[in-house]
Amino acid sequence: MLTFIVRRTLYMIPLLVVVSLISFMLIEIMPGDYLTKLKTNPFVTQKTIAEMAKRYGLDKPPLTRYWFWFQGIITRGDFGMSFESRRPVFATLFESGRLMWTFIVSLTTMFISWAVAIPLGIYSATHKYKASDHTLTFFGFLGLSFPSFFFALVLLWLLVGVFNVGQHGLGVGGLFDNRFIDTPWSLAKFGNLLWHLWPAWLVIGTIGMAGLLRYMRASVLDTLSLQYVQTARAKGLSEKVVIYKHVVRNAINPLVSLLGLSLPNLVAGSLIAATILNLPTVERAFFTSLTAQDDYVIMGALLFFSLFLLVGNLVADILLAWVDPRIRYN
Amino acid sequence: MAKRTLRRRQKKADEQKASQPRTVNRSQGQMIWRAFLRHRLGSVGMILVAIFAVVALFAEFFMPYPYAEQFRQYPFAPPSVVHWSEDGTFVGPFIYATQRVVNQETYQPVFVENKATRYYLRFFTHGSEYKLLGLFKTDIHLFGARAEDGSTTPLFVFGSDNFGRDIFSRTLFGSRVSLAVGPLVVLFSFPLAIFLGGLSGYYGGGVDMILQRIGEVFLAIPGFPILLAAGAALAGLGLSPVMVFLGIIIALALVSWAGTARVIRGQILAIREMDFVNAARAAGASDVRVILRHIIPNVTSYLVVSATLTIPGMMLTEAGLSFLGYGIREPMTSWGQLLNGASNIAGIESHPWQLIPGGFIVISVLAFNFMGDALRDAVDPFSII
Repeated sequence: MLTFIVRRTLYMIPLLVVVSLISFMLIEIMPGDYLTKLKTNPFVTQKTIAEMAKRYGLDKPPLTRYWFWFQGIITRGDFGMSFESRRPVFATLFESGRLMWTFIVSLTTMFISWAVAIPLGIYSATHKYKASDHTLTFFGFLGLSFPSFFFALVLLWLLVGVFNVGQHGLGVGGLFDNRFIDTPWSLAKFGNLLWHLWPAWLVIGTIGMAGLLRYMRASVLDTLSLQYVQTARAKGLSEKVVIYKHVVRNAINPLVSLLGLSLPNLVAGSLIAATILNLPTVERAFFTSLTAQDDYVIMGALLFFSLFLLVGNLVADILLAWVDPRIRYN
Repeated sequence: MAKRTLRRRQKKADEQKASQPRTVNRSQGQMIWRAFLRHRLGSVGMILVAIFAVVALFAEFFMPYPYAEQFRQYPFAPPSVVHWSEDGTFVGPFIYATQRVVNQETYQPVFVENKATRYYLRFFTHGSEYKLLGLFKTDIHLFGARAEDGSTTPLFVFGSDNFGRDIFSRTLFGSRVSLAVGPLVVLFSFPLAIFLGGLSGYYGGGVDMILQRIGEVFLAIPGFPILLAAGAALAGLGLSPVMVFLGIIIALALVSWAGTARVIRGQILAIREMDFVNAARAAGASDVRVILRHIIPNVTSYLVVSATLTIPGMMLTEAGLSFLGYGIREPMTSWGQLLNGASNIAGIESHPWQLIPGGFIVISVLAFNFMGDALRDAVDPFSII
């Protein structure tokens, strides 16, 4: 097992290099560069632009720039500087606690959607083809079909336009109401945070919840048809014990790998919802840097997302092997 | 034998045959079709998709105005209210002309009805000229609003946007792009996935290793961020909207083929070990014959299901990209792009009808999901309906 993990981790490195090459190529395809906007400004002289190009290294050919960036990573661990903020790339991406907020939002969303979807999936499978099952399945489908941005917009419209929450002194969007932004932590501030977060949970979590529900239902249905369930019932165990001790324990196995596969969504998945709800996340920093053509920030962010994708896949495989004793990697 | 005995025996044989259930031979396709139809949701989904396809094909006929026509005097006009009777007498469906007036108290623009003239809703009216299916020149539209003296006023079924363009017309026109994205991505990515995944699964060994490594590179790419970067690159290149559309499709196909290839490889690995394949090979069938005659027919049903189920994901991704402005470019429309104008809270509050195209996304994605799910149950030989 250990050799498997070490081998996979070492293998991540060439994969990340290739991803960085692809992102660099994409950036090169984008016409212009960071200084394009400045060039259109009549007050900025050619000399200033030439100096800035030299300082940012934008006057060098692409291969040279990539090589310098690559060298910087290997020798100094330096991922480059942001042109916009003139600070190191990851400091820009993670500034003012962005990374923390990204994780808080994503982890709580994942926790809630799993905590809701799994029991509902079990219920749906045990009451198969009854009215409740049909309703849950339908809502599962509905959740899968709503684009996250549309859901966020409709939710915002309902809160602001229809229910008019502004009247009660409650805001939407952002993490806190204006009056709480600079105040020290208190119970009221925490409550306000929860009020601002629940639309995010609903929007980001629903899609995951819908998929999970259907997977869980299918998995439980598959497990229910296996013979040891029949044996357990024949032994005289109560239905509850049969379900929770035997069926669920085995039905969860395929879903556990889903857990690892949803790791990349933690950092890269909720861009649109975060933009509409105005949450400070890492994806939004990536999006801003994309529009500004802040080269090294874009590459650093793509590397970060890719790393999470690869780590997520590895975690999924490890978890699957850990949970299911029938699977063993040499 | 006596004639009566023969007749009695014949009658008994006939009765026996009649009392036994009839057996009918059906092909695999016919069985799948029947199983599919038994799923009510799946059938509903299929009907919806068919309706959308027809509307998209004949879009210009269904929409009252060209998608780019602006009614500058009607920015953000609400949906037209259809009246049926005036002063208590039933007249038939008609609308009033509306006028943009600034409310003196709130300083917000409001559209008030001008009850002077009635513009009747007529079907098969003459409107702007277009080419039906790109072939026949005609100017007949499904409906329009026309007064008795022949004058017209804009009829906004879903309201208008900030340039005064009819959202209903733009939604119908955008359905072409939104509905075409899914099938086109499947068209581009599936052949690649089938070919590479098939090679990998069937031959195994070195070929498998190399192709798996290539696939892993593609799987290591973070999907949505790379698509954003690709969309930004395409947008800045100054290509025509059609080329941008093609570029988005290719980008979507490149990001998604590796996952499909991996699953196909798994399927082929499983089928390859089955007895009938070994029997065929023992009988001396060549590789090509085994692949074409034994393996592919067994994977086909899974492929159809997989295609039907990737389409919703592609539609949602394209909608998200267009919403952010990095997808389809003007003047091409898609439902996600139509929602781009509805992205701020103040806008939604004052003109919520801009959100209507989103409902179309939901319904069509839902329809495809229903279809795909029913299809998956129908092709599974072990499922009991």
